[in-house]
Amino acid sequence: MFEVLSNDILAPNVHRMVIRAPRIARVRKPGQFVIVRVEEGGERIPLTIGDADIAKGTITLFIQAVGLTSLKLVGTPVGNHLRDVAGPLGQPTHIRKWGRVVCIGGGLGTAVLYPMARALPAAGNEVTTIIGGRSAPFIILEQELSVFSRQVLVTTEDGSLGRKGFVTDALRELIDDPQRCPQAVIAIGPVPMMRAVAELTRPYGIETIVSLNPIMIDGTGMCGGCRVVVGGETRFACVDGPEFDGHLVDFDLLSNRLAMYREDECRMLEQLPDELRARIVQVKR
Amino acid sequence: MTNELKPKERMAIDRVKMPEQSPRRRIGNFEEVNQGLTEEQAIQEAKRCLLCKSRPCVAGCPVRVRIPDFIAALAEGDLPEAARILLADNTLPAVCGRVCPQETQCEQVCVRGAKGAPVAIGYLERFVADWALAHPDKLHKEILPAPTGKKVAIVGSGPAGLTMAGELARKGHAVTLFEALHDTGGVLRYGIPEFRLPKRIVDIEVKRLQDIGVQIECNVVVGKTVTLDELRQEFDAVFIGNGAGLPVMLNIDGENLKGVYSANEYLTRVNLMAAWRDDVPTPIIRGKRVAVIGGGNTAMDAVRTSRRLGAERSIIVYRRTEVEMPARVEEIHHAKEEGIEFLLLAAPLEILGDEKGWVKGLLCQRMQLGEPDASGRRRPVPIEGDTFVLDVDVVVNAVGTRANPLLTATAPDLKLNKWGNIETDERGATSLPGVFAGGDIVRGGATVILAMGDGKMAAQAIDEYLKQQN
Ligand SMILES: Cc1cc2nc3c(=O)[nH]c(=O)nc-3n(C[C@H](O)[C@H](O)[C@H](O)COP(=O)(O)OP(=O)(O)OC[C@H]3O[C@@H](n4cnc5c(N)ncnc54)[C@H](O)[C@@H]3O)c2cc1C
Ligand SMILES: Cc1cc2nc3c(=O)[nH]c(=O)nc-3n(C[C@H](O)[C@H](O)[C@H](O)COP(=O)(O)OP(=O)(O)OC[C@H]3O[C@@H](n4cnc5c(N)ncnc54)[C@H](O)[C@@H]3O)c2cc1C
Ligand code: SF4
Ligand code: SF4
Ligand code: FES
Ligand SMILES: [Mg+2]
Repeated sequence: MFEVLSNDILAPNVHRMVIRAPRIARVRKPGQFVIVRVEEGGERIPLTIGDADIAKGTITLFIQAVGLTSLKLVGTPVGNHLRDVAGPLGQPTHIRKWGRVVCIGGGLGTAVLYPMARALPAAGNEVTTIIGGRSAPFIILEQELSVFSRQVLVTTEDGSLGRKGFVTDALRELIDDPQRCPQAVIAIGPVPMMRAVAELTRPYGIETIVSLNPIMIDGTGMCGGCRVVVGGETRFACVDGPEFDGHLVDFDLLSNRLAMYREDECRMLEQLPDELRARIVQVKR
Repeated sequence: MTNELKPKERMAIDRVKMPEQSPRRRIGNFEEVNQGLTEEQAIQEAKRCLLCKSRPCVAGCPVRVRIPDFIAALAEGDLPEAARILLADNTLPAVCGRVCPQETQCEQVCVRGAKGAPVAIGYLERFVADWALAHPDKLHKEILPAPTGKKVAIVGSGPAGLTMAGELARKGHAVTLFEALHDTGGVLRYGIPEFRLPKRIVDIEVKRLQDIGVQIECNVVVGKTVTLDELRQEFDAVFIGNGAGLPVMLNIDGENLKGVYSANEYLTRVNLMAAWRDDVPTPIIRGKRVAVIGGGNTAMDAVRTSRRLGAERSIIVYRRTEVEMPARVEEIHHAKEEGIEFLLLAAPLEILGDEKGWVKGLLCQRMQLGEPDASGRRRPVPIEGDTFVLDVDVVVNAVGTRANPLLTATAPDLKLNKWGNIETDERGATSLPGVFAGGDIVRGGATVILAMGDGKMAAQAIDEYLKQQN
């Protein structure tokens, strides 16, 4: 059992939770994730380890409530326990000295990005961060990211914060500026965003790393449910990933497989009490 | 008294028939197909045993259950004694009585099989084991030896790990079992379905181990949460029984369409995650027409599961013929009763999809049997140009599994064979001092009882190793 030590709201339906998990805190590295089961009989869902405190034996999760299980998770009060937390899983981010790195977070992807981005400066990189979201309330972690970023650029689709538009608009400007053109781009967010970033950087040959979010069950390489195709090869994202070369990822396949249970997921949402459902439908597009 | 039965009288008794749920009824539920013998039936069946002096059946059992001895006690109606003998030889008899391929092991060599049907050893084992589970108070009390002060870590809670845990705890060692998933049992939990092995049985067996002091820690992925090296430092010995849980892919076009599963995923969703229940959030695609590729126990479990999830047609696609199928005979028989179709001498070429990325068909190649291969089985060869499309909306790949590299990849000093299985000597010792291994991680996909046999053998070796360390 894994005690919930804090549970704060960062943005509409986005929570930051600190959980006691000493074994995981001790060994986790940026880029790794855990599989959480909230309660007996519940689903197993993967969540990135946003941060950890070895001394306190805690890990931090950033969770966006998008459906039944994530909603149950963010609804867990401080002092209660999560039934299961397994990890750290996946390969740690392979952090190198690239030089100028642009880190791009879309929506909740910003939280997934945060631990990786934070590890970059120590390896001698200069980080510029771009955060994108639908509107101002969905922009998260701007403060935290600005601590180590040379600059944090914000884009919103409705222009309510930062510049109006998409993260790719901001990235294009950086690429076009010879002083700022990055040697590497790390992009984490919704599949269409990661695809757009990869398409933008491809002609320039800028190394582009994406973090894939296929549906996972065990997270240990046992079921093959999380398979993705990268460079024509089948890979299991939970053991080989979740980070891959964005120029080689078959994004069509990923979005297709992510939609496998859409019908069930919608049905489950419909069975929720009205006020909970309303909260989710807001963010789910 | 019963032992005074004359051989002729014993020979005159017909083999018992296992009471079963009718096929019509059972495809609508996930309850156990075999309902278990009544005490009367069990005693009657026990009287069929000739109590042979040569005991061929015992040699046919990988863990050498003293079959005639427990059967003789059963025939006398002395269930506590029958249970005592059985439990001393087999840590998980309620499991083995249900899932052992008896027809190729103990029952295959039973003397009575020479003329007619062998003694139903599996059914009797199950009967005695179930009785023991239901009457813990009537069992002979177990007396545990004084603690030895030695600590052993076990990786994986499948049959190999569970057996190891029981054996070592009964030798007085302190045992901690680490399991990657959120629940114990390995394949017994996530692979073999409820209708063949109720999870209640696994629960009770695990509880029994906890009662004799075995510590169990779930959610510990060895190689990730802790490394093998750390375990070696913290414990006096380590046993690795992490199974062969890596699905072999078909590597054909269409394998990543929506509606294509590995058997591991399909069965995990249904068994471990209870997707068959309406009150559980785990989703699963309930196909109308389901093709399962393969001919082993896993394929039978997947295809019969699909039927219970409501498929109108559930089809086994296998590239050889029924005689070559590795599945237990009883499962094939039950599958047929349940209306499972067997498409033999057919191999998958491509999975066809619709414009939305869902499975809509399976393109198959017709095969014929050619020359025997290295294993002595006749090799299936394609009949050139003879292909056809099977109209299906779910495809489950049950062609096999290999060693999962997650642990071994983080233990570079551990010697592996070319398939990624851990190399051991005949008693389970690996290339690292104090590290032992057994079960599917050593053998590749095998059987429950072989995994248990490995656990038992290696427990002996570990015990001796620990004594030497003093
Ligand atoms: C490696 C990895 C890291 C992730 N990190 C985070 C994170 O830090 N914070 C966060 O909020 N989310 C993260 N996610 C996504 C998160 O796992 C899903 O949002 C969550 O599983 C949704 O479950 P649900 O029952 O609430 O929603 P549902 O309504 O069941 O599903 C909503 C959508 O989420 C996806 N999804 C559903 N089940 C799973 C599953 N078992 N595994 C993966 N995706 C699923 C599907 O696309 C689905 O359409 C991560 C995913 C992966 C693979
Ligand atoms: C669907 C199916 C049906 C079968 N039916 C039969 C049958 O009817 N009769 C029969 O005799 N055999 C059957 N078998 C085969 C039998 O189940 C296996 O041979 C047996 O379970 C192997 O036991 P094991 O203990 O070696 O491994 P497993 O049962 O595979 O258990 C290994 C355990 O280790 C855990 N693990 C893996 N990696 C790690 C790690 N890094 N850290 C911690 N834990 C880890 C796994 O989660 C798992 O719980 C079947 C197999 C399948 C898949
Ligand atoms: S354990 Fe298996 S092989 Fe041994 S006696 Fe029991 S059923 Fe037969
Ligand atoms: S071989 Fe058959 S008849 Fe002989 S002792 Fe064994 S079970 Fe009984
Ligand atoms: S989640 Fe099962 S193999 Fe990756
Ligand atoms: Mg869900």
